[in-house]
Amino acid sequence: MKRRDFIKIVSLSGGGLILAGFVPSVFAGNDSNGNNFQGDDPDKKGVFAPGVFVRIDSTGLVTIIVAKSEMGQGVYTALPMIVAEELDVDWEKIVIQQAPAGKEFGSQTTGGSTSVRFSFDNLRKAGATARMMLISAAALVWKTEGSNLYTENGFVIDRISGKKLSYGELVDTASGLPVPSDVKLKDPKDYKLIGKKTHRKDTPPKIYGTALFGIDVKLPGMLYAAVKRNPLAGLGFNSYDFADAMKVNGVVDFAEISGKIAVIAKSTWQAFKAAEKIAVDWQKGPANEMSTQKLREFCISKLDEPMEVIKSEGKSRSEIDKNLKMIQADFELPYLAHAPIEPMNCTAEFKDGKMEIWAPTQNPQGVRKSVAQLLKLSEDDVRVNVTFMGGGFGRRLASDFALEAAEISYKIKKPVKVTWTREDDMRHGIYRPFSFHRLRGAVNNDGGIEFFGHHVISSSIWGQQSGNNPSPKDAGIAEGTTEIPYKTAGFHIEGTTVRNHVPLAYWRSVFHSQNPFAVESFIDELAHSAGADPLEFRIKNLHNNPRLLHVIKRAAELSDWGSKRPDGTGVGIAVFEGYDSYCAEVAEVTAAGARIKVNKFWGVIDCGLVVNPDTVEAQMEGAIIFALTAALKGKITFSNGTVDQSNYDDYPVLSYDECPAIQIEIVSSSEKVGGVGEVGIAACAPALCNAVFAASGKRMRVLPLNG
Amino acid sequence: MPEYKLKINGEVKTVNTDADTPLLWVLRDELGLTGTKFGCGKGLCGSCTVLINDEAERSCSVEVSKLQDKEILTIEGLARDREHPIFKSWIEFEASQCGYCQPGQIMTVLSLFNKHGKPSDADIETALTGVLCRCGTYPRIKKAVDQLFENRG
Ligand code: FES
Ligand code: FES
Repeated sequence: MKRRDFIKIVSLSGGGLILAGFVPSVFAGNDSNGNNFQGDDPDKKGVFAPGVFVRIDSTGLVTIIVAKSEMGQGVYTALPMIVAEELDVDWEKIVIQQAPAGKEFGSQTTGGSTSVRFSFDNLRKAGATARMMLISAAALVWKTEGSNLYTENGFVIDRISGKKLSYGELVDTASGLPVPSDVKLKDPKDYKLIGKKTHRKDTPPKIYGTALFGIDVKLPGMLYAAVKRNPLAGLGFNSYDFADAMKVNGVVDFAEISGKIAVIAKSTWQAFKAAEKIAVDWQKGPANEMSTQKLREFCISKLDEPMEVIKSEGKSRSEIDKNLKMIQADFELPYLAHAPIEPMNCTAEFKDGKMEIWAPTQNPQGVRKSVAQLLKLSEDDVRVNVTFMGGGFGRRLASDFALEAAEISYKIKKPVKVTWTREDDMRHGIYRPFSFHRLRGAVNNDGGIEFFGHHVISSSIWGQQSGNNPSPKDAGIAEGTTEIPYKTAGFHIEGTTVRNHVPLAYWRSVFHSQNPFAVESFIDELAHSAGADPLEFRIKNLHNNPRLLHVIKRAAELSDWGSKRPDGTGVGIAVFEGYDSYCAEVAEVTAAGARIKVNKFWGVIDCGLVVNPDTVEAQMEGAIIFALTAALKGKITFSNGTVDQSNYDDYPVLSYDECPAIQIEIVSSSEKVGGVGEVGIAACAPALCNAVFAASGKRMRVLPLNG
Repeated sequence: MPEYKLKINGEVKTVNTDADTPLLWVLRDELGLTGTKFGCGKGLCGSCTVLINDEAERSCSVEVSKLQDKEILTIEGLARDREHPIFKSWIEFEASQCGYCQPGQIMTVLSLFNKHGKPSDADIETALTGVLCRCGTYPRIKKAVDQLFENRG
């Protein structure tokens, strides 16, 4: 499909917002307010496109291209804000388009809290380059010096005469100019858009039900597929019987794809029903013996064995004064699923030797590459369109669901949408690794940390995904253990990696969802052993780190840390530095017997210069709630090598009534842009468990608490 | 396949489909009303919530054959009025993140909005509990809903 076959759907909402999705023409009628129009063609004359992120047509319509995936975190708004700021255009009038996979966009991988952080400079430059060229164009037209001109809201204006030309009028002239390599960026103090609460461009279509998610894609003549996969990850089938499935109304075909069986029908429901009727004899393997119970016993037995040293500084454990009390605590975290509410799905059409894909993916370039590899196509013959997605959290970095759609369409030569059931999603996921931790530490007579030791046992995500077997030091499992913000006289980190068949995934904040739980819980234990207040203990032992210190103090102030609370109610604090950002969270809980009620969370983040503060706040709230689900409820377990959970009844997520009040404060800062999406995760579980200790005197070292 | 006449968003739609097909899939696959979302298929997440005779119901758990003479309202029907106070409140508080659960949240709130003058906090909590949001938008939904009913009351 050529680009000109795409139609922008533009909806003028009550507020006059203009929204657009980069969606195929078959969806032209999908928007109920009828403001659709044919999108511009970037190849045609009369469009000024200096670089890949900005296009201006002769009517003055400014299109900004977003090359990261919008999964709820707000890049569909924040990234265009950066361009629009430097370009000096009317924010209400811009159109946003989602980029398909393309090398020209740089990395499109959406993860690691990098989208705003790593795109900031580039997108500023993209906006400023276009602006500078428009000024040069106006200078040519008016035969004057560029220095006499300035820009405002889509116009170039002559400072002296007051003459104006709109960007649209300058498109032809600007297109003929060379693209400057060096451009002047705005002084941040002149920002009009960056740093202001800005309404999201994706909210109206999402709440009106018109936004296009992956699962909503419908192509002419499209069929619907469901897939049966071996419950034992990584293995295929010996044989299957399709006779009963074939009898289900609407079933038209079936296909074998890479060890799985796909049923193809005229509707999603028919495909789901038929998939249940396929009788399969699955391959078995040694992984059949694996269970959470056995894994647990194995890891616990390893906690005390000599293991690889990852980092060792200062005094060793044997050098610590025997009169100081060495305390020890073990922590344990389970496998977790991402469980985004939109199940995995993907649509593919193989036609005339070319593959076109519509995917809710965090990694369009990865989808393109892996589809090309699997089907032995050139990447040039694989187009990947990125839809909105109902949550990502790392799950949609993998390409498994897209490969299924591509392979089926390739085999049946028809457009097809694969939709996973929730049960498929839960049982055939890729999972946040389990981990076990043994912490040892001692406090000296001055209330300083004399020794801090941490042994972490977990599995290497990148090791598994790349087929490598890295040493514990390089495995990634120690992320968040080797740099802690506190001074210690002796510091000793060790690691053990475990390999098994469980497919692993990056999960919002990766090992920062685990290691800081152990570290910040144990810091609390050390404070307790020193008879110190956990807040004061942290401040006292903190390295020189003014930004972290500031967020800690603000979190304490907001939560009224020292105030007397009713019996059975307590507060706990935890801190985190990572993704170029700083965060402190305080939890208040009430513990009544085994019941823990989370009353309130306070979160303070310093993420440097902020693009859209409202989104930062929303991400912090969302991170705390996401992490609370994990801390209170989340657990994927295995029996006979297969996942025990199946849906939201046995893998519950936090619901409305369980959600605590949350207060977020963003530190005003002009420092380098930091990450946001994952930052709020790390401190949540330890703050919560430290609060439970304050409320009840009970240490919670095993997550989830209600597991 | 049997034929069903359904009253959806004020219009009568004729569909030919298996009797056991959940309303959800009739809306999505047959009628192209994809604003109603699939999350769990078991009545556990609320993403598929629509109004049936003004009650919030989970469309994944209602078979098409049980809907003769009932009035069905989906998010698309509500969104014909973009000025509806629910939408305004949702935009003001930016209650949506990924947005996938939001049609279900909104239709659930609509059932309260159409009913009570001003629901109690307990009514709101009961209605919204179990309409899951994985992005964690509950605090903003709460603000949006509180304002919605405050403006009315
Ligand atoms: S899809 Fe109907 S309740 Fe989840
Ligand atoms: S906004 Fe993403 S699931 Fe609710």
